[in-house]
Amino acid sequence: MEKIKTPQGLEKLRQAIRAEQKPERLQVTVCGGTGCLSNGADQVVAALAEEMEKQGLNGTVHLKKSGCHGFCERGPLVTIYPQDIFYQRVSEKDAAEIVAETLIKAKTIERLLYSDPQTEEKIPRHDEIPFYKHQMRIALRNNGRIDPANIRDYIASGGYAALAKALTSMTSEQIIREIEKSGLRGRGGGGFPAGRKWRSCRDAHGDVRYVVCNGDEGDPGAFMDRSIMEGDPHSVIEGMIIGAFAIGSNQGYIYVRNEYPLAVKHLTIALEQAREYGFLGKNIFDTGFDFDVRINRGGGAFVCGESSALMASLEGRAGEPRAKYIHTVERGLYDKPTNLNNVETWANVPVIITRGADWFASMGTAGSKGTKVFSLVGKVKNTGLVEVPMGITLRDIIYKIGGGILKDRDFKAVQTGGPSGGCIPKSLIDMPVDFDELTKAGSMMGSGGMIVMDDTDCMVDVAKYFTKFLEEESCGKCTPCREGVRRMKEVLIDITEGRGTEESTALLEELSEAIILGSLCALGTTAPNPVLSTLRYFRNEYEAHIKEKRCPAGVCKELIMYSIMEDLCNGCHRCFRECPQQAVSGEVKKPHRIDPAKCIKCGICYDVCKFDAVVKK
Amino acid sequence: MDLKKVDEIIDKYNAEKSFLIGIFQDIQAQWRYLPREAIARVVERLGIPLTQAYMVATFYKSFSLVPRGEHEINVCLGTACHLRGGQRLVENFERTLKVKAGGTTADMKFTLETVNCLGACALAPLVRVDQKNYGKMSGDKISKIIKEYRPDGEGKTHGEN
Repeated sequence: MEKIKTPQGLEKLRQAIRAEQKPERLQVTVCGGTGCLSNGADQVVAALAEEMEKQGLNGTVHLKKSGCHGFCERGPLVTIYPQDIFYQRVSEKDAAEIVAETLIKAKTIERLLYSDPQTEEKIPRHDEIPFYKHQMRIALRNNGRIDPANIRDYIASGGYAALAKALTSMTSEQIIREIEKSGLRGRGGGGFPAGRKWRSCRDAHGDVRYVVCNGDEGDPGAFMDRSIMEGDPHSVIEGMIIGAFAIGSNQGYIYVRNEYPLAVKHLTIALEQAREYGFLGKNIFDTGFDFDVRINRGGGAFVCGESSALMASLEGRAGEPRAKYIHTVERGLYDKPTNLNNVETWANVPVIITRGADWFASMGTAGSKGTKVFSLVGKVKNTGLVEVPMGITLRDIIYKIGGGILKDRDFKAVQTGGPSGGCIPKSLIDMPVDFDELTKAGSMMGSGGMIVMDDTDCMVDVAKYFTKFLEEESCGKCTPCREGVRRMKEVLIDITEGRGTEESTALLEELSEAIILGSLCALGTTAPNPVLSTLRYFRNEYEAHIKEKRCPAGVCKELIMYSIMEDLCNGCHRCFRECPQQAVSGEVKKPHRIDPAKCIKCGICYDVCKFDAVVKK
Repeated sequence: MDLKKVDEIIDKYNAEKSFLIGIFQDIQAQWRYLPREAIARVVERLGIPLTQAYMVATFYKSFSLVPRGEHEINVCLGTACHLRGGQRLVENFERTLKVKAGGTTADMKFTLETVNCLGACALAPLVRVDQKNYGKMSGDKISKIIKEYRPDGEGKTHGEN
């Protein structure tokens, strides 16, 4: 492959690829994101390929496996272009019919279409489905459209044009100004202005500089970075090359979580292809600029998402943060000026360069520009990845896009910002979502996890869950964080097991203050957030646990009992068979009972009962 | 043990110090733990202090200093899985396998682990055995999964047919 040296050469190649791809030709795209793969997307691809061959469509239809489409709840997903027909929950058994009906006879298969839960109307087109209709996809622009393992697909959709533009027609100063003007803020949690960071790094003393992509997405319930790395790795790489050029760096690093093998695979392929086409390596676009990128895998430590810990880990050491009296843009990796941004931030860079800062800044709120990808999970109907303009309300995200609460239960809270974020109550559901508003509400943006909770979720249990998480992930360097978070966890365990006292909540608040004051990195200083925000909005739940020894949501094991509602039990005997303790008694077709003395509260009877007859109280 | 294989792994990374974590990951994947001899070899070839190797080996969750089971069961405890009963799943796995999370069964067949998030929240609660995901899990499906990997029927629970 001849290396691309000029913007014209790139444009010529793009047109050649477009011509060979024949846009009018039928294209079948199967989602290859982790969610769909777990539901059998690979088998769907194989079955479709086999059927196409059997039914004589060889070579006339383009079949590809793309990155994540976002609508994980409905996977495996299949989209057929150019008609944009959207099939959901497709299984390998549907392949023959899809080929015979849709590909050959151009008929849509009703059964596989998404149907609106309210109106039960079938929606054939992908962009008319409410889940997609209210989104604005910028960082996810190529996700689900292109084959991530093929650079030609990325080039065909305009890829690397921003790089060509930046390198051949812009100076370092112009690029940095553009990023500053766009108002792009770091998408990894802190929300620091990306342009300002680039400028500080470029202006720092030293001859060697590094750029780093933080792909150590550790917040539980957040998976947008993984989806971008898996589904559109070139946009991240292109962003990094532009950033490196502006900052004056010749070496980049991508630090990926070890739990994401597919992301590592796709990034590795993408890097090789970018080298082959001359977008990485020596003398990129004939400008004399050299740059290359290396991938490092993490080792399963949450704290490595913190910049100085990540850099320690990149150097092959234990990932302990350090005090940042001197910022990492001055002395970071190997004590050299280092600019670190997260995956989603990098993925936004090429579009800003192509479409301009003004376009980007026209979206969002005063302090937060552009869009943000959220992973909408928990007790919401449409679990998945959604990208929305900053400033949209929580209600729009949860109800319009998310389709409302699972089983139409009562919405209680939404947790944002990962383990160090907070829980936002129902009363704030009309709050606009951006960096500053979330902080005001006692939570934070974090990397964009949005976990929806309903009336069956106990807020004390949630606080305990996050505190446990942080206790385990504390690196142990600062005593207040290492010991304090552990004490907080113990107090929370006491409360959830019925041993809470009048002083428990005061003790939690006191410990929180000490931990915030006495910790170096953001893990410690934000560790009390889950407790403080639940205390702020859900103090009554703490009181029910402490004073009445009762868990109102029916979650805390020590405070609840399982029983069977006689009028709902039809005696199907299922719980009787499944109970590991023989605690259930009863005859077939007659109401059953649970013996509390034998019950270990494993919850299997509750899980298997199809009639909601088993209750927790 | 076969130190040649360890050398191959080290060579793949040009014996570069900064790839210590990557080297350990490959060793861990090959032997399912970090054998003492392998660590010694890495220390020697990379020219790093033994303490640094052990600091790294014990700091990161993906490394183990003791042999692990043939199959790794990861119960996801991400927030979405937690809300949909992930913790109860862990307890039920512990009871069925007669081993605590982090431990390995006596027959070396399974290591039971919890993981912070596998990022497939639509499938919550999720369990991953080796590379295979089991979505929308519940306590009653545990024995069936275990049987898939241990067909001789050990670990049967009451009432299972």
